[in-house]
Amino acid sequence: MTSSPLVELADVEFSYAARPILKGINMRFPKGKVVAIMGGSGCGKTTILRLIGGQIKATRGRVTVAGESVDALSHADLYAMRRRMGMLFQFGALFTDLTVFENVAFPLREHTKLPESVVRDLVLMKLHAVGLRGAAALKPSELSGGMARRVALARAISLDPMLMMYDEPFTGLDPISLGIIANLIRRLNDALGATSVLVTHDVEASFKIVDYVYLVAAGVIVAEGTPDEIRDSSEPLVKQFVRGEADGPVGFHYPGTSYPEDFGLPGVPK
Amino acid sequence: MIGAIDHGLRLIGSRVVDGIWKIGAASRFAGTILLRSGMSFRRLQLTLDEVYFTGVLSLVIIVVSGLFVGLVLGLQGYETLKRYGSAEALGTLVALSLVRELGPVVAALLFASRAGSAITAKIGIMKSTEQLSAMEMMAVDPYARVLAPIFWGGTISMPLLAAIFSAFGVFGGYLIGVVIIGVDSGAFWSQMQASVDLWNDVMNGVIKSAVFGVAVTLIALFEGFDAPPTAEGVSYAVTRTVVTSALAILALDFVLTSFMFTGV
Amino acid sequence: MKRTTVDLWVGVFVTGGLIALLILALKVGNASSVSATDGYRVFAEFDNIGGLKPRAPVKSAGVVVGRVESIGFDNKKFLARVTLLVDKKYQFPTDSSASILTAGLLGEQYIGLDGGGEEVMLKDGEQMKLTQSAMVLEKLIGRFFASKAAEGPSSQE
Repeated sequence: MTSSPLVELADVEFSYAARPILKGINMRFPKGKVVAIMGGSGCGKTTILRLIGGQIKATRGRVTVAGESVDALSHADLYAMRRRMGMLFQFGALFTDLTVFENVAFPLREHTKLPESVVRDLVLMKLHAVGLRGAAALKPSELSGGMARRVALARAISLDPMLMMYDEPFTGLDPISLGIIANLIRRLNDALGATSVLVTHDVEASFKIVDYVYLVAAGVIVAEGTPDEIRDSSEPLVKQFVRGEADGPVGFHYPGTSYPEDFGLPGVPK
Repeated sequence: MIGAIDHGLRLIGSRVVDGIWKIGAASRFAGTILLRSGMSFRRLQLTLDEVYFTGVLSLVIIVVSGLFVGLVLGLQGYETLKRYGSAEALGTLVALSLVRELGPVVAALLFASRAGSAITAKIGIMKSTEQLSAMEMMAVDPYARVLAPIFWGGTISMPLLAAIFSAFGVFGGYLIGVVIIGVDSGAFWSQMQASVDLWNDVMNGVIKSAVFGVAVTLIALFEGFDAPPTAEGVSYAVTRTVVTSALAILALDFVLTSFMFTGV
Repeated sequence: MKRTTVDLWVGVFVTGGLIALLILALKVGNASSVSATDGYRVFAEFDNIGGLKPRAPVKSAGVVVGRVESIGFDNKKFLARVTLLVDKKYQFPTDSSASILTAGLLGEQYIGLDGGGEEVMLKDGEQMKLTQSAMVLEKLIGRFFASKAAEGPSSQE
């Protein structure tokens, strides 16, 4: 973790309608590494991706990407920066009225004036990289969940980004598709020389491919380290998350009145 | 008792605040679309695709409805005019009511339920499946790339649809009045031409339908964009588009008519 | 390939719409009405214009030759001042008269021009000298009763 970070979050706070989501986050994403942001549902993981992409602005603190503060960028500069970012959305977010080929060609057509033959070659190369060159003519509605996500991945890398972001890439996939996606994330990162940020709550799949892990709960970082360090942590919350235990520091029961009280038995000791 | 009144007042208050907030948000939304309309004209293909989506796909219902409204106007108009012995004025009646009122208004109502609902559904789905967000992250502005071309496509389509509606309506009136009932063809056309004025009637109808086109398309886009990103949210938004558009069309029609045809 | 079909349909739609507009303008409406570029203006003053409105037709021998452009009020002479836009094709002598007439019993009011006998024709911006105001029902009835009252006793003699 010695190389200078591509993305850095310093004391970042974010509130949505007076409800705090992130409370003072410090993160560093070094060049060439795959870093996972993990945590339970609704702990603000996806918010971090949106902050890096500049879709929302931090209430306090600084988000820096490639040496530039995302919050301070103008509309035009922000869009220029996003051309060097790729993002894979949870369910792919493919354009439903375009074919697989046109989906992958979309960023090329929007941002470059390449001749049609070059676009075709580039698109087929990207599709080949995710193993779906044969599906170029299909519509997104004809794809399985795993295939749709691979197409979205091909679309995200079509401009050879310096930074890849993955929002829950493993959700709702069968074991084979999950293995393919996990493998692709690592391979593409190394092949492109990019940096990857992986937001997930899938411990098994992500620990195999990432270099570093941030564990987030209730808007703060509760643990960080390499996958091995996290796995061996004695912190009770970390242990509960990694092993998937039903009860622990994160309670099984939603906070409320006590069980006996709800049944009108106030005398029973808790 | 006091609690109920208090509750009622709070409810009214929050509704009013919500309404005003929505008007503000919709105005800002409309402004943003106008500001980022450059691409709609630089890449005309985008707008033409939306003319297809909003206009061409509405063509069948517009033609059929126009024809039938004309047929009914011809029948009803003839029955009424006959009593005053002025059946020759049928052409005037059919043409004036279509060009001034029924053409723009009925075509706009049909446009709202055919194209408006489709726009809301399309934008709502694009938003709920994160397609708009994905576009933004690909450094493509969804306002410029998706919303503005739909806005201009709808705005271009609406006056053309209204004109087609009126033309088919007049043809329907001609079919019933002249071909079937047997009103004199010459009287039908000449009375019509003597009383329908190009600027006062035809152009005012075009202006009306253009205003309706802007209103319906903006409402449909806003409802789609503002919809909660769930299947339920999108389906409610589609309903709201049709209801809000219909009310907006009728209200705007009243305002425009009182400006245009006061006879001063 | 898909692009061209879309374009074809858009083309059909736009042409169809424009043709419909053209039909409405030419066949249904009267696009041939006088526009400001090919007409000349003359003024006429009336004691009373009745229900005359701007854009009402100006007819001569039943043929539409122009339109009422605007109606004003002369605060010195207390007369209505009407501006007529007459088609260039039609020339009228300077002693032509303008009268406000009604189409049918309850129809719209229009201006009728009756040609005079002068050699000199009206030019742009000139004023018509002979005018006849609109008939006002109350005055008509009043006059009727007055004449009845005047002739009443003499007939009994």
